[in-house]
Amino acid sequence: MKHFLKTASAAAVLLASFSASAADIKPSVVFDMGGKFDKSFNEGVYNGLEKFKSETGIKYREFEVTNEAQREQAIRRMAKRGSDIVLGIGFAQNDALAKVAGEYPNAKFAIIDGWATGPNIQAIGFKEHEGSFLVGMVAALKSKTGVVGFVGGMDIPLIRRFACGYVQGAKHANSGVKVIQNMTGTTPSAWNDPSRGGELTKGQFAQGADVVFAAAGGTGVGVYQAAKDAGKFAIGVDSNQNHLHPGTMLTSMIKRVDVAAYNTFMDVKKGTWEAKSRYLGLAEDGVGWAIDKHNRALISADMESKVEAARMAIIAGKIKVHDYMNGNKCNM
Amino acid sequence: MSSSPTKPLPRWIDVGLVPILNIVIALLVSGLIIFIIGEDPWDAVQIMAYGALGFDEGIGFTLYYMTNFIFTGLAVAIAFHTGLFNIGGEGQAYIGGLGVGLCLLVLDTALPIWILMPLCILVSGMFGAAWAAIPAYLQAYRGSHIVITTIMFNFIASALMVYLMVNWLIKPGQMSPQSVTFADQSHLPFMSEVFAWFGMEIAQTPLNITVFWALFCCIALWAFIWRTKWGFETRAVGHNEPAAVYGGVDPKRTIMVAMLISGGLAGFVGLNEIMGVHHKLLLNFQLGYGFTGIAVALMGRNHPFGIILASLLFGILYQGGAELAFEMPKITREMVVTIQGLVILFSGALAYMSVPWVSKVYNILAADKPVPAEGEA
Repeated sequence: MKHFLKTASAAAVLLASFSASAADIKPSVVFDMGGKFDKSFNEGVYNGLEKFKSETGIKYREFEVTNEAQREQAIRRMAKRGSDIVLGIGFAQNDALAKVAGEYPNAKFAIIDGWATGPNIQAIGFKEHEGSFLVGMVAALKSKTGVVGFVGGMDIPLIRRFACGYVQGAKHANSGVKVIQNMTGTTPSAWNDPSRGGELTKGQFAQGADVVFAAAGGTGVGVYQAAKDAGKFAIGVDSNQNHLHPGTMLTSMIKRVDVAAYNTFMDVKKGTWEAKSRYLGLAEDGVGWAIDKHNRALISADMESKVEAARMAIIAGKIKVHDYMNGNKCNM
Repeated sequence: MSSSPTKPLPRWIDVGLVPILNIVIALLVSGLIIFIIGEDPWDAVQIMAYGALGFDEGIGFTLYYMTNFIFTGLAVAIAFHTGLFNIGGEGQAYIGGLGVGLCLLVLDTALPIWILMPLCILVSGMFGAAWAAIPAYLQAYRGSHIVITTIMFNFIASALMVYLMVNWLIKPGQMSPQSVTFADQSHLPFMSEVFAWFGMEIAQTPLNITVFWALFCCIALWAFIWRTKWGFETRAVGHNEPAAVYGGVDPKRTIMVAMLISGGLAGFVGLNEIMGVHHKLLLNFQLGYGFTGIAVALMGRNHPFGIILASLLFGILYQGGAELAFEMPKITREMVVTIQGLVILFSGALAYMSVPWVSKVYNILAADKPVPAEGEA
């Protein structure tokens, strides 16, 4: 008990030192089941927040949920501990966050990939279909066989949105292209199953595909490896993964969750945070395709100009990319 | 005297002291690891204990986890008594939840809660039992090993659930594969609401009245196994099948009965989660409970009352572990899994490791006393 009191009093001192400097905020984040080191979505957030921490010196509280019930528990606990901002990660936390936000009207809440609204909630969504459209074009333009592949994690609406955008982009570049789609699994382990990802990719190669796009979290690692082994091409997702296998990583569909997470905390610190939903697409640089020194040689000037032209056309509204969420179907 | 024969351990040591000793060993090893990564093990133990049992919210979560573990633990235990290893608790729980969900999606406003409650108990049990029935049939009548078939059925269950949730049952206009929320009147009361009826205020947690059903199931299963003819038959088949056949027991039918009960018990996890906690159908609500049920049954020695204690322990580990991850930044959730794994290792897999030492110490201590009358002649 003595030790416990000691810890408590230490925490109190820490708390006091927090409130001593008025500019410092108390941010917190609740990662989802993938965990903060999933090499993908959650890790993108983690990287953004680590950047915030190293720049401002402000520490943040964090929790990684391991079951359904813990989402609400963790978000509520963060709010109860007086967090200025609670950042929830992933659509699965949407309802829990909305509920707790109602209970703590004075705290701020933000959710990435969510859609909750409220006087103290900021929902940040991404137009994954727009980014996927561009990498679909890249895939179709690069393919010699006219067959491209897609490996998803679980067959959920979010991944169908990636797939739908990808197919549209591929068909836009080459109307005769064939797209093979596979999902990795039906349980959350599908997000972290590189060996299955590799097998699916080999299967797609055997069916004639020569470019494969993975939207499957950690499973993608196996997809990229299979592409390298076969001397074919793979497209990364979420973070810029071009550096993983220079020469066979054609490009990456980047989804800037790191920037979104960083900006959320930064806005709160600066006092410019608003309880306004944001929906980030190509126009806001929330999604995009990556060209860097690792894949420069793989992208011809012709390809780049075509894809860039499409990007501008989407931003200008001249090309409409159908969103799977719009009617829960993909008209392709 | 060293020449005297070793006495068998009295029951209180076998079922009381030895398991406690095993947990202490597991905690000591965990403490060593926590010390190595640079946190204070004693603080960690206190945070865990306080987090799980020290305040109303912690207790609520601990008992909520306990509820699920009791169901899956009992499911594994009844199969064990018949000599079967039901690894399909996960899938049976998933499908049990599907049954409750479908039932409530259709009837949540049509029927009052006092009809919905028994109906959903029945439906969750029947769906879970149905999911266990196919592997049971294949084992009993076709000789397909039940370990293989039940584990395969877990995957079929999750594939089915993803298909249904994404294509048919999803609430339109949003991204998360979850159904619409059931009408308020169809929710099982949370314990916080039950306490509120009596004017007491406790923190809102997922703990709901399903916990009473879980405890009732323990008593019912105890009575079934040790007080009924069918229970005797399941134990007979489990101990010695040829002898059971000689005694006139039909092992095929017994396997079917035991597995249906097993599947039904696992299905009640769906009752707790869907009707009691989430109030909507969603994916992965059953995650991990089916498999942890195996450890719970092992630790509870397949006895319903042992399973209550083991479930409580696992509830403490789950909730206390979450608190630990929350309070100590260096302790990640992987560390928490390690601690849980050590407890399972020492109390499940190595349950009898300490018995020879305990036996030696007991014999030394007991040697001074006169041999009790009921001791060996």
